[in-house]
Amino acid sequence: MTTITENAIPAPRRTVKDEMVAFAIMTALLLVVPLTGVYPFFVMQALCFALLACAFNLLIGYGGLLSFGHAMFLGTAGYCTAHALKVWGVTPELGIVIGVVAAAALSVVTGLIAIRRQGIYFAMITLALSQLLFFVYLQTPFTHGEDGIQGIPQGILFGLFNLSKPITLYYVILAGFLLGFLIIYRAINSPFGEVLKAIRENEPRAVSLGYKTDQYKLLAYILSGTLAGFAGALKVFVAQNASLTDVHWTMSGEIVLITLVGGLGTLFGPVVGAFVIIAMQQYLAGFGQWVTVIQGVIFVVCVLTFRRGVIGEIAHYFKRSL
Amino acid sequence: MSINLQALSAQLLVGLINGSFYALLSLGLAVIFGMLNIINFAHGAVYMMGAFAAYFLLNLAGIGYWPALILAPLAVGLFGMVMERTMLKWIANLDHLYGLLLTFGLALIIQGVFQNYFGSSGLPYAIPDALKGGMNLGFMFLPIYRGWVVIFSLVVCLATWFLIERTRLGAYLRAATENPTLVRAFGINVPLMITLTYGLGVGLAALAGVLSAPINQVRPLMGADLIIVVFAVVVIGGMGSIMGSIITGFTLGIIEGLTKYFYPEASNTVVFVLMVLVLLVKPSGLTGRAA
Repeated sequence: MTTITENAIPAPRRTVKDEMVAFAIMTALLLVVPLTGVYPFFVMQALCFALLACAFNLLIGYGGLLSFGHAMFLGTAGYCTAHALKVWGVTPELGIVIGVVAAAALSVVTGLIAIRRQGIYFAMITLALSQLLFFVYLQTPFTHGEDGIQGIPQGILFGLFNLSKPITLYYVILAGFLLGFLIIYRAINSPFGEVLKAIRENEPRAVSLGYKTDQYKLLAYILSGTLAGFAGALKVFVAQNASLTDVHWTMSGEIVLITLVGGLGTLFGPVVGAFVIIAMQQYLAGFGQWVTVIQGVIFVVCVLTFRRGVIGEIAHYFKRSL
Repeated sequence: MSINLQALSAQLLVGLINGSFYALLSLGLAVIFGMLNIINFAHGAVYMMGAFAAYFLLNLAGIGYWPALILAPLAVGLFGMVMERTMLKWIANLDHLYGLLLTFGLALIIQGVFQNYFGSSGLPYAIPDALKGGMNLGFMFLPIYRGWVVIFSLVVCLATWFLIERTRLGAYLRAATENPTLVRAFGINVPLMITLTYGLGVGLAALAGVLSAPINQVRPLMGADLIIVVFAVVVIGGMGSIMGSIITGFTLGIIEGLTKYFYPEASNTVVFVLMVLVLLVKPSGLTGRAA
């Protein structure tokens, strides 16, 4: 039985240098985007999804746990941030903190439940838990049901940055994305990350070496959920709304798709995947339900022939780790 | 609190019907998982295809409910076998999770195509003449069709249980689940059995779809939310035992029905809440082996 990331992870020639160069290129590209005339809303949206997928990838790529319910963190943080900004009138930084704390609390609670099973059951449990939350949000008054929370004020971050100016908002979102990305990078290159990889490869062995594997998995889950919540809080400033689509299972599926296309278990894959999938949705927006069909086809093609994903294939070709 | 027996038994009946569908679907999931080591995410989509097959048979070919009860599961089962031979087969040696992702993709394709042509609204399918009307049982009015669905589903579930646990074919199947290589060495065509098993599981889902067509209308997304509830049912019951799936399915349907009467706000979520409770008390599921 090959594990889900075995053929995604290239020869273990992990060099920090390659990753640094790739990171520098990515940052440089993203810094100059506003000068190139690309629609900034699109890039900001893609960045939020990129961070979300990176958080998801931390769990599957390095912990071997497939969550089919990551939309619950996106949606929960989104609703809490949106409510705090609009109803309580808090500052943007406080709004983000409230959203992230809510997602962190949710990940502790759901993590303690979901981590009790592994593999296929873990996927089904996370999916069921997020569906439970979907119905809760459908019925509680503060989310405004089908309408969602609309027209959220963007405010002035730290009293300095006016987020209603697109260019300022862009760099704030970019800074948030880079912060989240570096936290994940630090986590997987730490002793904690190494233990996580050991658990993914051979859990009984990790147990026999004395590691409390459940605690490591729970910690990875909480970190992943919290960062997904951070992406959800940032997304509120871009979209200026919070709605049920963000908690629906189709959103969880999209997160999986983004990571699969970019490359499961690769560092930069989820970022590339996010840009590919969000761009596809933009261009095909007029085709209605065919977008769903195309997403399904991409799933099938990726699983059958392209399991390494874009970055995974590139890394495999150059025998590098990216 | 005074209990309105009429309303309570009506909700119980609805619960039993949903329980029949949970049982038929989770049974198929368990059989497929045993043989293919795949959680079939497309199960909700093939359930929907069963209902549409009955609809097409009636409206395009003039073939009524009774033949459809056999023809629709056969057709959809055949479609499932083609999927298994052309796609699922190739990922048999990979991690289980790839099976989940592949069948999720297939579900998106199937549901998306049907949504394109039929939108999201429901198409009517009439109750067959022989099952129209109802009976007055004194404490409640029983629509005959609904009673039929419960009893027929129960019979099909028990027949499947008998097929797998009590016949020679079932013995091969169980043996192949435990050790496919050894069973193959005895000259049994295991790949064919795998294909047939997938066809059986898919056919059971399609049958549930035909049964539900006159009750719930025929909609492209009728299986999309249902499958998530069935996943929770499977987590609660565990996939180790056929009888376990059947009993869990019906029981949860009844509990859901009771919730609809006593606390309707929670009727959408009660199965998920029960899943959480079971995971906290007995993580391997009520009948399941540890996984």
